[in-house]
Amino acid sequence: MSTANANHAQHSEDVRQPQLAHHFDTLEQQYSSAKLGMWAFLATEILMFGGLFCAYAVYRGTHPEVFLYAHHFLNTFWGAFNTVVLLASSLTMAWGVRAAQLGNKPLLVLMLLLTLVGGCSFMVVKYIEYSDKWEHVSHHGSGSFSLFAGSRNAFYTEEGEFTDPTAVGQAVRYGESKQHHDEHAIAHTNQAGDLHDAPAKTLEHQSKHATEQGHQIVDATAAKTLDFKSVQTRPMPTDRSDIRRPAPAPQGLSEAFEHIGGIPAPYETLADAGTGHSVVTWEDLDDRQQGLVSQFFQIYFMMTGLHGLHVLIGMGLITWIMIRALRGAFGPSYYTPVDLVGLYWHLVDLIWIFLFPLLYLIH
Amino acid sequence: MGSGMLIVLAQTRGIGMPEPVSTFASEVDWLWNFVTIVSVFFTALNLGLMAYFVYRYRQKDRNDLPHGQHHNTTLEITWSVIPLIIVLAIFVWGFRGYLSMATPPANSLEFMATTWKWAWEFTYPNGFKTNELHVPADKPIQVVLESRDVIHAFYVPEFRTKRDIVPGRYNKIWFQVDSEPNGVAFNGAIETETLPDGSKKYTDHGAKKYRLYCAEYCGTNHSKMQAYVYIHTQEGYNAWLAAASNWQEGLPPVQVGQKLYSLKGCNTCHSLDGSRGNGPSWKNLFGYPQMLKSGDSKVADEAFIRQAILEPNSQGIVGYQPVMPKLNLKESDVSALIAFIKSQSDKGPYPQTSPALKNGR
Amino acid sequence: MSATPQSIPTDIFGKPVNPQKGDSYLTHDRGILSWLLTLDHKRIGLMYMVVILASFLLGGIFAIVLRTMLAMPGANQANHASYTDEQLAQISVNNDFYNQAFTLHGAVMVFMFIIPAIPAILGNFVLPMMLGAKDVAFPKLNLLSYYCWVGGGLFFVWVLGKGILNTIFPGMVEFWGSGGLDTGWTFYTPYSTSTGTAATAAVAGVFILGFSSILTGVNFIATIHTLRPKDMGWFQMPLFVWGLYATAIMQVLATPVLAITLMLLLAERMLGIGIFDPALGGDPVLFQHFFWFYSHPAVYIMIVPAMGIISEIMSVFSRKRIFGYAFIACSSVCIAIIAFIVWGHHMFTSGQSDLLNAIFSFLTMSVAIPSAIKIFNWLATMYKGAIVLETPMLYAMGFIWLFTIGGLTGVYLAALSIDMHVHDTYFIVAHFHYVMVGSMMFGLLAGMSYWWPKMFGKMYHEGWSKVAAILIFAGFNLTFFIQFIAGSLGMPRRYATYPPEFAIYHHISTLGSYILATGLFIVLGVWIHSLVRGRPAPANPWGANSLEWHTKSPPLHANFEKTPLATDPYDFDDWRWDENVGGYVMNENTHHEEKTAQTK
Repeated sequence: MSTANANHAQHSEDVRQPQLAHHFDTLEQQYSSAKLGMWAFLATEILMFGGLFCAYAVYRGTHPEVFLYAHHFLNTFWGAFNTVVLLASSLTMAWGVRAAQLGNKPLLVLMLLLTLVGGCSFMVVKYIEYSDKWEHVSHHGSGSFSLFAGSRNAFYTEEGEFTDPTAVGQAVRYGESKQHHDEHAIAHTNQAGDLHDAPAKTLEHQSKHATEQGHQIVDATAAKTLDFKSVQTRPMPTDRSDIRRPAPAPQGLSEAFEHIGGIPAPYETLADAGTGHSVVTWEDLDDRQQGLVSQFFQIYFMMTGLHGLHVLIGMGLITWIMIRALRGAFGPSYYTPVDLVGLYWHLVDLIWIFLFPLLYLIH
Repeated sequence: MGSGMLIVLAQTRGIGMPEPVSTFASEVDWLWNFVTIVSVFFTALNLGLMAYFVYRYRQKDRNDLPHGQHHNTTLEITWSVIPLIIVLAIFVWGFRGYLSMATPPANSLEFMATTWKWAWEFTYPNGFKTNELHVPADKPIQVVLESRDVIHAFYVPEFRTKRDIVPGRYNKIWFQVDSEPNGVAFNGAIETETLPDGSKKYTDHGAKKYRLYCAEYCGTNHSKMQAYVYIHTQEGYNAWLAAASNWQEGLPPVQVGQKLYSLKGCNTCHSLDGSRGNGPSWKNLFGYPQMLKSGDSKVADEAFIRQAILEPNSQGIVGYQPVMPKLNLKESDVSALIAFIKSQSDKGPYPQTSPALKNGR
Repeated sequence: MSATPQSIPTDIFGKPVNPQKGDSYLTHDRGILSWLLTLDHKRIGLMYMVVILASFLLGGIFAIVLRTMLAMPGANQANHASYTDEQLAQISVNNDFYNQAFTLHGAVMVFMFIIPAIPAILGNFVLPMMLGAKDVAFPKLNLLSYYCWVGGGLFFVWVLGKGILNTIFPGMVEFWGSGGLDTGWTFYTPYSTSTGTAATAAVAGVFILGFSSILTGVNFIATIHTLRPKDMGWFQMPLFVWGLYATAIMQVLATPVLAITLMLLLAERMLGIGIFDPALGGDPVLFQHFFWFYSHPAVYIMIVPAMGIISEIMSVFSRKRIFGYAFIACSSVCIAIIAFIVWGHHMFTSGQSDLLNAIFSFLTMSVAIPSAIKIFNWLATMYKGAIVLETPMLYAMGFIWLFTIGGLTGVYLAALSIDMHVHDTYFIVAHFHYVMVGSMMFGLLAGMSYWWPKMFGKMYHEGWSKVAAILIFAGFNLTFFIQFIAGSLGMPRRYATYPPEFAIYHHISTLGSYILATGLFIVLGVWIHSLVRGRPAPANPWGANSLEWHTKSPPLHANFEKTPLATDPYDFDDWRWDENVGGYVMNENTHHEEKTAQTK
């Protein structure tokens, strides 16, 4: 033990490297401390996204049809492109860390630059995707924050229009929207024939067109899940024949879907089916359909937005270590910041690997 | 603990608990008393030991350094395992008691409780609705719980049971109160009392009355969101329900409206004396111009009031939050309410004299 | 206490030292910026102390306000037949005021006082010194987490300030929107998403406070792992360090879930996402699951470090090695693990499935075991010790008392059928005040009075401080024990008014709260008196042997003159009482002295 102590003491009296903070004895100790702290921090990041994934799972579990439908508005090609870009940037980042360990300054800077380029192109693609969706959604509604106006927390007026909650006031929410649903439900039962007919025809019409053209409906599973009864999630009281039953509580999106009479076929199919447009655009959807798609997009924006924020932070960090690398701050004896930023960047990459299939590749 | 003690436990009400009324109350109280005895024992043991040690082993010299035992695995395991056994037993009993609370018998009589901020509405099997819950004794009663806005909870301390009322889902609660030990009886008649305003009140003097609380925080008047549960005998219940269901018969619309005023919970927000509530007072509402949020001013006539009732918040009177819920009203109810509101205004067609109206709450 | 201890500072060997300028961390740098931008863990600890105690005062004022409201006859209007119309018209106003008072009391106390207090004040101050280190692993992160706390706190000040100003000048609502907060500290949806009060700002504040907690946790984990002396193994660490370690794990793993939950709540309020909104197919109970997944561990974040403090004090003031060290250490970690799997017991009545209820009830029962282990081990530590009843020991014994009661009433609540009755009644209120407030506050006060001489280099008035301890203890029990009875009789919580039969319990409880407040103000007085007039503290007034006592009081800027070696924290053999110093001094020729010499 005493030898260890001697070494221990000796170290602290050595000429201290400039990177060694006063409260550490050795650079190794500082490095392992920093690395452990980073891992602990990454654990918190994973748990934070974990909460979001959990919310995603719950919402998707209760409303699979919304996800099946709305993900068609996302462009799988660009999603896949971004996946490849991020994976590649992860590789260059790892390579950069190696370069730092070897003390190869030009290679380190190059690799950091490439990683940065990867991050940039990811964000550019995201920007294009976002502004596309933004346009989609922002045409709808007139709220001050119009992106999400399509589904302003169920602030329905009597006509079923969404209104700006700031105009209605904060306190009316559920009661009012429920009332709206109730009325719908009543109308639904009263004139079941009428209401059921029209949407059914639409769907029939669409699929007929599709088959005439010799195409199958692209997303057959989507069509199958049109059985909304099977996705009702709120337990309804059983055997209540002896009391007059009030209108059922809202079933949320499932029920709303019921009212519109089903999911329109994916827009590629509609395009093929010759609806008159080359592509079915956002404007071809009615209010309610737009509202439903907005639901999906809210989750999409939450998840990818938080991830995008992490990418931006990562890019900032990479720029910072790149500048330090240019000044020659890193070498085989000290490359902790490069290593830590690398870890962070890999995490950002990893999260995207989960986000991509969950949002873009829904079947 | 001998079996004699267990019997004593089973027969007494829980220490510090209200009267045990429902059929599963005694099971809860039994467990409650058991846990209390265990707790008192361990608390006394800990505190007793602590007090004794402080006295017996107090420091006599600053430099005393007793080198006693500082670990004993047998002891550690003992005082881990004994509590473990005790809490497992408590868990099992607690779960058994819970299961009987959680599973309503198939033959239970079903009621519906609809809640909103801050009122209860109970729907009876025949469709009648009031803000009090009257149920028969000796029969399992199931209440389906529905909320129109935020989370509330159904809680009757004497029944030892509670259930949250969550918007968007139907929770259920059930209970059974036996007439025998609880003194529920029926003296053969429902007393019909005509209140000074002409409306009628039906009382079964043999019924037992328990307080029903909203137990989940729900905003401003959470603490006022209380109601009563009445336990009748089967005959008493039948007679009461038959009488109460017919309460509108032969009553003039103003009196029907006044009754609805409290039945439908209007009184939680609209005063009759001009004082300010969550909604405008009904005193001198009718016939007077109202400032609207749109900037217009409208005289509150029949059409205005009708729209305000049927399409709450659609007009938006300046100074009030749009918090009015939409009520489930028949056409005749709306007319009666309008008549009642008219009666509260000096511009209305009715002389404003009824002293009883003052205490409409 | 000695008759006339000399009034000059001494070192650990009892030799007088010349206090030189810049000697202690308190005087090392001067100027306000040297405090605000300090990276010294001790100074950050003190800065935390100031703001956290200020928020304790704020939360305490709300407590007194709401207890007073509950005691006023006018508040008791559930049966309002006897009230005039004018009084009735006031009810809504009173209720809103009451709702905001209890919400802000809860939110300020939980998020700004109870959760951060012990780790942020005492953990920051003591942890590195207990490890013989110069600082925590990431001093800059430590400062950042302090400012996260301040930032989050400012949001609460904003919410509160708006609420107060809006009450005084109603016109201000048009200018900056409504203030105040009436959601309850739990922010249950859909009430919290629909309320008109400033819930958005408050939730944002809690979000930022959460980051303070996360960063502190990360910092402590890295510190404990990498800054221990080379010869200090895991099972040679002081138990307070174990407590902080278990706490840090919970902070790191649970708080992010709170962060994302609050983010979803904000998104729901501001953007209209419907995850928790039944009208959009969301589920309000999901929020409760998310919230309690954090907030149940948060309860243990409050209590576990306090248990660490009690373990230190029990041993030091019994002058005897702690009994069952390994069991106490492991039970802390065990509690931290169990903390993550019991959250569902907050939702027994919410309509979740019977199976879930059974599982959570079962798991919750298991918390009793590590808790019982700790209590029995503390008692066994006192057995055949040489117990000295200084202030820290009084608080520690009070802690055991309160924690016993709080823990045992937890068993009532874990039993499913009993919980159906007492859930959301005053029984719950009493229970969690016993556990969270009583225990945690007694732990904090025990720790503060234990380390006070080290922190400021001044002793405090022992007599008054004991008076305060007794008053606090009596006041606390009077306030909250009676609430168990009110709760079991069925008094629901968060009620602004109540049926007359509960009046007596509320009156007694309010009386108790005044006594409690008096006691706390005496503590404040004792502390201020100590800062102004207190005699210089010896390096080791209690004869403890963990490393923070191996340096002067107050410590040097760099904590130690030379890096100390690990000692056995519960071996007090090297210290003897010195009447002149008024504290314990190290025997000059001990093996320890030799060991330290080697490090030169």
